[in-house]
Amino acid sequence: MPVVRVKERYQSKVGQVVLGATPEQGGTRTKVVTVGGDGTLPFLHFEGKVENRAVIAMEVTDIVPPWNDVIKEQFGDVLDNPVAWAKKCVEEYNADMIYLKLISAAPDGENRSPEDCARIVKDVLGAVGVPLIVVGCEDIEKDNEVMAAVAEAAAGENLLIGLAEQDNYKSITAAAMVHKHNVIARSPLDINICKQLNILISEMGLPLNHIVIDPMIGGLGYGIEYAYSIMERARLGALANDKMLSMPMICTVGYEANRAKEANALAEEFPAWGELQDRAILWETLTATALIQVGASILLMRNPAAVRLVQQNIADLMEANA
Amino acid sequence: MFKDIGDGLRNKDPKPLQEWALKQQEGGAHYLDVNSGPAVPTEERPEAYEWMVKIIQEVSELPLCLDSTNYNAIEAGLKLCKRPAMINSVPAERPKLERVFPMAVQYNASLIALTMDKKGIPKDSENRLAFAMELVAAADEFGLPMEDLFIDPLILPVNVAQEHAPEVLETLRQIKNLANPAPRTVLGLSNVSQKSPDRHLINRTYLAMAMASGLDAAIMDANDDDLVDVAATAEILLNKSIYADSYLKVFRQR
Repeated sequence: MPVVRVKERYQSKVGQVVLGATPEQGGTRTKVVTVGGDGTLPFLHFEGKVENRAVIAMEVTDIVPPWNDVIKEQFGDVLDNPVAWAKKCVEEYNADMIYLKLISAAPDGENRSPEDCARIVKDVLGAVGVPLIVVGCEDIEKDNEVMAAVAEAAAGENLLIGLAEQDNYKSITAAAMVHKHNVIARSPLDINICKQLNILISEMGLPLNHIVIDPMIGGLGYGIEYAYSIMERARLGALANDKMLSMPMICTVGYEANRAKEANALAEEFPAWGELQDRAILWETLTATALIQVGASILLMRNPAAVRLVQQNIADLMEANA
Repeated sequence: MFKDIGDGLRNKDPKPLQEWALKQQEGGAHYLDVNSGPAVPTEERPEAYEWMVKIIQEVSELPLCLDSTNYNAIEAGLKLCKRPAMINSVPAERPKLERVFPMAVQYNASLIALTMDKKGIPKDSENRLAFAMELVAAADEFGLPMEDLFIDPLILPVNVAQEHAPEVLETLRQIKNLANPAPRTVLGLSNVSQKSPDRHLINRTYLAMAMASGLDAAIMDANDDDLVDVAATAEILLNKSIYADSYLKVFRQR
């Protein structure tokens, strides 16, 4: 008996966001990245159009990050030089974008000035041709100053900047509006706050196609299923024409996966877990591959070996299964 | 009938119609119901509907709901509609079904179909459902997609026909079991409160009850803010749209 394929019909699509700008568009990027646009649940090519593949933005920090050696060793001597590091990510590991974290701005750390931070962004923009995602140091007041300076210095580059949160979205949204960038809207694993934040940002006048949802996630083994169900609701909302949930989603994969004990503990400590080298790669890879199954459009990743595996997985999933 | 619209129709003055169209759109309407009423003689209706469709489309992007018992007038209007329209309405009478269902299919329009025939509106939900069944069968027969069929189980004024209110709710619940995918349901809501002093309260109470029973759409005054608030809130409480603190505002922006 032939199997009849059950196909859902959806009223709407996920919104599309374009990141970066070429010289003709007022920027200096050699290519732009388009995310979102899907008319179906992820990778159901037989049901609707899967418009754009998921992309990987590799994480670069402006000073040497407190990461474990499994990752650090792969990068060699570039970790104290964000320009060389970003170049390596693009040229050697084929990163689609660079995710630049300005952690040196932290008031209880190096406390770098907004102007110095903006200069680093300009330097990285000068070194690579891919679009940039830029966030601060997670100190709300400092970040508001830093991101305003960054947005101005990189006007025209159509960056994706963060973070807008429910209690602190106005300053960064204003910076994005004035200097024509896109905003990451972060909500704490909460679909209702996610929607509300998008409403608040759009009420300020930033168009919906300049917003990317960061739903916050848990890494593998640390609540990833909870993130999955929130993202699933957002995606189903988008397909049911809920405009305030229709934005593409970005996930902090590298950060969450590498916070797990399993990505850091040595085999001597837990012999049954096997070698840390392989385990750390798999932890980040599986966190990423689970989330692209529920519609993550931008994966923020760290481990080059994991990036390679996820690139392959995305390419496989983009092959038609109609 | 609003007097200014009647005057506008008689004098071919587009202003009042265009103003009302925009006002209802701002209120959050998804369709605009277009009805000439008795202001225009029967033989001039097709021309009147062409004119109304034209001038409303000049100011509003919303799809139109063409409301008349004169099917030639509806067809004249359908020809000019830029977006898939809605036909309001057809009763469960064979000759009329044969006239209107193929017309809906031809113009890619949705269709409001009534659970009544020449003899009038049934008293109970069983007989309303029997008509609904005929309407579902007609959709099948003429090839109208089930999601384009809006069945109206016909609510009557509560001050003279109180016993109908629960029968309509029961009909709404049962209609959803008639086919898969199910046909949709609609009510001309303000009828429930005709000539009652507490019209607005009755309208919004019944809207909430009807939505909980499976009502998909209502022909109602989108400028009655409390009523629109009830529609938005019922949608949230039925888990049909995702809650956000500003849901009332967002409902109106769709």
